[in-house]
Amino acid sequence: MLKIVNGQVYDPINGVIGEGQELLIDNGKIVDSLSDENCQIIDASGCVVMPGGIEIHSHIAGPKVNSARSMCPEDHYDHFMIKTQKTRSGTGYTIPSTYMTGYQYSRLGYTTAFEAAVPALEARHAHEELKETPLLDSGIYTLMGNNYMIMKILSEKDEVGRRERLHDVVRWLLTSSKGYAVKVVNPGGVENWKWNNGSVDLDTPVAPFRITPRNIMIGLAETVKELKLPHGLHLHANRLGETGNFVTTLETMKALEGYPVHFTHLQFYSYGLTNKGALRSAAREIAEYLNTHPEFTCDVGQIVFGPATTMTADSPMQFRLHQLTGNKWINADVEMETGAGIVPMMYKPSVLFNAIQWCIGLELLLLIKDPWQIVLTTDHPNAGPFTSYPQIIRLLMDSDYRNSIIDQLHPKTTQFTNLKELKREYTLEEIAIITRSAPAKALGLTKKGHLGVGAEADIAIYKMLKNKERMFDSPAYVLKNGKIVVRDGIVIDSFAGRRLIVEPDGSKCLPPDLVKDFASYYSVALSNFAVQDEYLLHPEVIPCI
Amino acid sequence: MTVSLHQDVVCAFCGSLCDDLEVEVENNEIKKVKNVCAIGRNKIMHQQPHNMAPLRVNGKECSLDDAYNEAARILTEAKAPIIYGLSSTTAEANSEAVELAELLNAAIDNPSSYCHGPGVLARQHVGMSTCTLGEVKNRADLIVIWGANPMESHPRHFNQYSVMAKGMYVPDGRKGRKVVAIDVRPTMSSKNADIFLQITPGSDFEIINVLRSLAKNLKLEGLTDESLVGGVPLANWRELVEMMKASHYGVVLFGIGLTQSRGKDLNIEHILSLVDELNRYTRFYAIPMRGHANVNGSNQVLVWRTGFPLAVNFYRGYPRFNPGEFSVFDMLIRKEVDAAVIIATDPAAHLPQAAVKYLQSIPTILIDPIENLVTPWANVVIPVAPAGIGTEGTYYRMDNVPLRLKKIIDFPCPSDYEVLHAIKERVSHVKNS
Repeated sequence: MLKIVNGQVYDPINGVIGEGQELLIDNGKIVDSLSDENCQIIDASGCVVMPGGIEIHSHIAGPKVNSARSMCPEDHYDHFMIKTQKTRSGTGYTIPSTYMTGYQYSRLGYTTAFEAAVPALEARHAHEELKETPLLDSGIYTLMGNNYMIMKILSEKDEVGRRERLHDVVRWLLTSSKGYAVKVVNPGGVENWKWNNGSVDLDTPVAPFRITPRNIMIGLAETVKELKLPHGLHLHANRLGETGNFVTTLETMKALEGYPVHFTHLQFYSYGLTNKGALRSAAREIAEYLNTHPEFTCDVGQIVFGPATTMTADSPMQFRLHQLTGNKWINADVEMETGAGIVPMMYKPSVLFNAIQWCIGLELLLLIKDPWQIVLTTDHPNAGPFTSYPQIIRLLMDSDYRNSIIDQLHPKTTQFTNLKELKREYTLEEIAIITRSAPAKALGLTKKGHLGVGAEADIAIYKMLKNKERMFDSPAYVLKNGKIVVRDGIVIDSFAGRRLIVEPDGSKCLPPDLVKDFASYYSVALSNFAVQDEYLLHPEVIPCI
Repeated sequence: MTVSLHQDVVCAFCGSLCDDLEVEVENNEIKKVKNVCAIGRNKIMHQQPHNMAPLRVNGKECSLDDAYNEAARILTEAKAPIIYGLSSTTAEANSEAVELAELLNAAIDNPSSYCHGPGVLARQHVGMSTCTLGEVKNRADLIVIWGANPMESHPRHFNQYSVMAKGMYVPDGRKGRKVVAIDVRPTMSSKNADIFLQITPGSDFEIINVLRSLAKNLKLEGLTDESLVGGVPLANWRELVEMMKASHYGVVLFGIGLTQSRGKDLNIEHILSLVDELNRYTRFYAIPMRGHANVNGSNQVLVWRTGFPLAVNFYRGYPRFNPGEFSVFDMLIRKEVDAAVIIATDPAAHLPQAAVKYLQSIPTILIDPIENLVTPWANVVIPVAPAGIGTEGTYYRMDNVPLRLKKIIDFPCPSDYEVLHAIKERVSHVKNS
């Protein structure tokens, strides 16, 4: 039992905005009364109290993250944690080892994180790593945008049968992989790449079934809606990072109107084109669209200057990046399902393209009016490490600081961006929304992202400081499941979190004709495919309603 | 009498991890194994409860508790212990071994440091374009086997996944593919190739150099089509490059003939660069023919827990990585360790004599299902239930696909994981008291 007193509580879901409110905690939950008043008391005088942060999109566990760690020892040498009585050692800056990942999130006040892209065939690996990523409730998104079976079904003529079969396969993939959401990455584009064909747009027919990315996205968005999954279709659309791609982005959004969709790392999709073919910000066009479509959510994928490790299932994009930078490159095609690519990167303020990218992310954050629609991410570690969140928060809350950084960018940056004109400053309430409450809502997690009675006692307590980067970089306390795990920015406890999964109603088996395809074309037996229960220490099924 | 049939059993012998075995068990004894290669069968039939290594401390029979206590005593008294092996045990045991290494400020290494390690290091230089074995089966129309002899080292690889396998876009299997073998001598595998290029030992680097030049249409000064490169006329290499460029989905399967011949990691860096460059024309991939069934898994676990795939040292309380300094071979030769945990491998059979000789002189704890060349002189010998026969757990196939091994029969002894856990608990008790 524990009591937090004298803090200014920010709990946007329950309409609590900086009020002095006592929080009572028992058995890992927020309660309305305690049986024993002589419990431990945290005095949060001069502090801001928020629900634990929720990471909606991050690459922290699984085959491509580990391949990146293995490829990049230079990322680890200077960044390490020494073991303590309670915590394990680790290394890594943009791709920290598993224990270090858990601790780093925890010491920012984050208590939940989702791994954003896992092939079902290798999901076991992601779960093994998450088991050793402490202090976080976690889940994985299962890749489906280039799945053979899904594309095959979508090419079938019988519309009713097609719908049913699509439901079956999505349920089977989600439950076999113990996934939380349906992830689509460059739909059709990865399969097209395996055929050495070019980049795909919304209506490019894709081998071998000649269906289009539009078919794939609508088919899966419809399925997500009908299965009532807690999180919408998690979409990494076509043409990521291509100059002028905002046209495709807007077309994609229009095509998906009426469906629950989360557009991830939208910064990479808000690229306009100047008359001379160069990059300009199209954040305004994208923000204007979203401002009239409150049904959609997004996360930003904010660029952070410095080293990054790009890794996505978007193998053609990663190959382009490899050719562009000349940096080392991992590519990994996964049978029947997807691909992946990894390229280390460095974002520099002196590079015009990077400077514009940086502005675009912040513009989205400032131009999208409703903070419930946009979540703070760096698409870790693609646009930068998640450990930079405090710095981004300062950029949002302090326009003088923001402008001082803009002045250090490539001198031509302001010609192609509008950031300098934007005066908006985020409030603490808005920060609480984009880092906690909005992701909880977008993920359908009703016991997270708020501090009402019955909520999980995942809580971050920050000393109120003028410098918001320092404030959010070193919480006075972080509580996980009602236990103090961080004190003055130092991790003092380490235990496993829960694994969040879904179990949509209906058959979880593969239709018989596809069982035959599985036997012929996969390289493992169907009975060895599904992730066994042993890989989930504390599973929690989030209801589909 | 109880008879049971286990299906889709995963074989824990080599990096192919065939997962379609049928195992017949009668009265807790394995009677028959089907869908398995000769090596896999022997391995499974041999690792049965009546063949276990003895449980011993300093040559005397003892209880498990005695063995754990003595192991913990040796390790807590050592200043610089090493934990070595782990290539034929589960990811779960690997993870526990890393934790023990951290607790002891020990070094930890796996056999890849003298096997496929150079390939792992090459990936740190240039990355790697790779694919899963199902992609090879479904798509590969050109397979180049370099310094590997899968017919004898991975006997079902050709049929299950590569040369002979019938796949989605290669429905005719062998007939639908071109196969090229490159090796220093004819092998069972090269007999299956359309083209066999027998090369001079140690010339791999030079050959790949020429292949990369040809792929880029660079002029090769002083070479004619008849000039020999690595013992093979340039015209043949030109033909190979044309085949590579003309293929739709090409795959190089490379073995320790390439990783451990002159040039080592430079050979692999070179071949991976060639594969990379070929992707400007077509799709091209490389797959290391990993030997021990879970040597990849031991790299994977070390990486996710420490950031580094092999040759890791916790001496300073955090992981440091330096192959050549912290690899098992070098540490033994330089006498820089003073106690060893050997688990799921046989260093006396694999390591050079000087290293083995030093190992014999320091307190050694051996954790292995069956007797090996270390058993006679190890101070502590703890038999364990073999992974995939007597205990469950995760193995990583050569192409990074993780599979869960099954427990088929009961063994009268604990698993690797349980032994490491018990030792860790005791060490931790001593360290904290």
